[in-house]
Amino acid sequence: MQHSQAQLAAESHAEISDVVGIKEQTVLQTMLSSQSFWVTVALAVLVIFMSWLQPSFGTVENVTNVTRNFAPIGIMALGMTVVLITGGIDLSVGSVMGLVAIVAGLLLTWHHPWYVAFGAGLLAGLACGAFNGFFVAYVGMPSFVVTLGMLSIARSLAVVISGNQMLYQFGPDAPIVKAIGQAKWPLRAPAGWAPHWMPELSSHFWVMVVLGLAVGFVFIFTAWGRHLFAIGGNEHAARLTGVPVDWIKFQAYVFSAFCASIASLLLLGYSGSAINAMGTGYELRVIAGTVIGGASLMGGYGSAYGAIIGSAFLEVIRNALLMAGIDSNWQGALVGAFIILAVLLGMQSPATSVGVWVRAMFASKRG
Amino acid sequence: MSLLEVRGVGKSFGAIRALHDIDFSVAAGEVIGLMGDNGAGKSTMVKLIAGNFPPSEGEIAVGGKLCHFHKPVEARAEGIEVVYQDLALADNLTAAQNVFLGREVKKGTWPFRILDKKAMIERAAQLFAELKSETRPRDLVKKMSGGQRQAVAIARTRLSNAKLVLMDEPTAAISVRQVAEVLDLIRRLRSRGVAVMLISHRMPDVFAVCDRIIVLRRGSKVADKQTTSTSPEEITGLITGAIRAA
Repeated sequence: MQHSQAQLAAESHAEISDVVGIKEQTVLQTMLSSQSFWVTVALAVLVIFMSWLQPSFGTVENVTNVTRNFAPIGIMALGMTVVLITGGIDLSVGSVMGLVAIVAGLLLTWHHPWYVAFGAGLLAGLACGAFNGFFVAYVGMPSFVVTLGMLSIARSLAVVISGNQMLYQFGPDAPIVKAIGQAKWPLRAPAGWAPHWMPELSSHFWVMVVLGLAVGFVFIFTAWGRHLFAIGGNEHAARLTGVPVDWIKFQAYVFSAFCASIASLLLLGYSGSAINAMGTGYELRVIAGTVIGGASLMGGYGSAYGAIIGSAFLEVIRNALLMAGIDSNWQGALVGAFIILAVLLGMQSPATSVGVWVRAMFASKRG
Repeated sequence: MSLLEVRGVGKSFGAIRALHDIDFSVAAGEVIGLMGDNGAGKSTMVKLIAGNFPPSEGEIAVGGKLCHFHKPVEARAEGIEVVYQDLALADNLTAAQNVFLGREVKKGTWPFRILDKKAMIERAAQLFAELKSETRPRDLVKKMSGGQRQAVAIARTRLSNAKLVLMDEPTAAISVRQVAEVLDLIRRLRSRGVAVMLISHRMPDVFAVCDRIIVLRRGSKVADKQTTSTSPEEITGLITGAIRAA
């Protein structure tokens, strides 16, 4: 053990003297070292392979389906990324979806206008986020505990409020609600201008794109985004340098709940009904997508693009398995394996990269 | 008039009395060495001045103005900057991002008020050049050596016009060459009228740069002497208790 530690120390010393002479990383190097880039490559390979293997995979209908299916996960992954960057986790997103859908659905069945229903649903979601944020940021409880509690609370509230009924008689605004959830763009002939090879992308997909661009902008260009990363890297340092750590962490949980609410309302519109079981188990898919896209569960790392590409990757795998005729019960095992693999690949810091780790293992066996 | 005035300050944590009845003052451009064994109260003293928590008794005045700091930001507003022992750097950010953490330069108008990355990188590069450090502003702190990290933490204190810089063990974990550089920097700060309080275990460093040495033992001040009128042997005796007071 001492032997391998000494060797590691020697290696890091060599690195320091090397580094001084080297130029700053080029754009290409940065890209090649990012996990989201390699997930994009893997996704492209998978899509090409599947299109060749299974002609029905590459059809515009399937593209429409896949992009719509992963969009709600992608939207929530954006919120989850914000929380993960601060070094926390939000397990409550799936349950928040259920509560938001039921609150909005209930108001619709009472013949309130759609904007009142959606507004109330959003408020319920934000309240859940504020609850999480308050206990994590200001009371200082572990995010795992607080959001696990909220996972249970929000689902239970959804069941109680709905009287364990499915809500679908949405009153006069039902067509508007459906139109929001089922809208597509661009439309193909005869309704629109798009050529026949172009997929009609869902409103879910476009909301995800807009939200993704907004989150990406915030991460790269604003002080708020910079502070988010600083909190995840060294919360104590961020506090000492005057970053409003508690307030930013609070906002991160509210934003995560906001994303879950938006995803919930889109799904509500798409299905034209509200069930209290909406989003059950989604938190795992969201976390998996986020982590596969390169966010770190230890905090400090993550990107908007990674969140979306990771979610897309999971959904394409799921879709490919179905198309290949593999028993859908294998999906859980595969998702789990990908979470572990993604975290393993994410351990590529100089001291803990897989390469160094393997070398150290062999070195200690020899010694 | 002295820059910093500490009068009868004490600090208790529950039943533990970390400091009691400390008096001293620091003049502008003076370099003070604060010495003492582990647990003598050095870190507590630094944290009181830096505003991490208020004293249990006594008072601290900066530039003749009584101050009751509850947060480091408040002390910083009075021109007191700290280089912490752990340097308080975020590993996942670059050197420039760390230097400007909490006081980023922005441009544009709300809601598109964005970071002025170019200005921050240029200013950070300028600060590193002044420090004669090989640190590059765009490099991640994670990949830096101990000396480079130190340079980043010190560059941060030079961003504002600090009147007093507290340095907690700045030379403990860096190479011999970097120690010389840090000591040079302390001299440069002094020549600009900045007062420096150096907390260190390393006797040679303290005798190399400090004008005056204050020794703490078990929460009390036991010596406050000009460097020219004392010797490393006497200070060692004061730290260990072999000499009761001087």
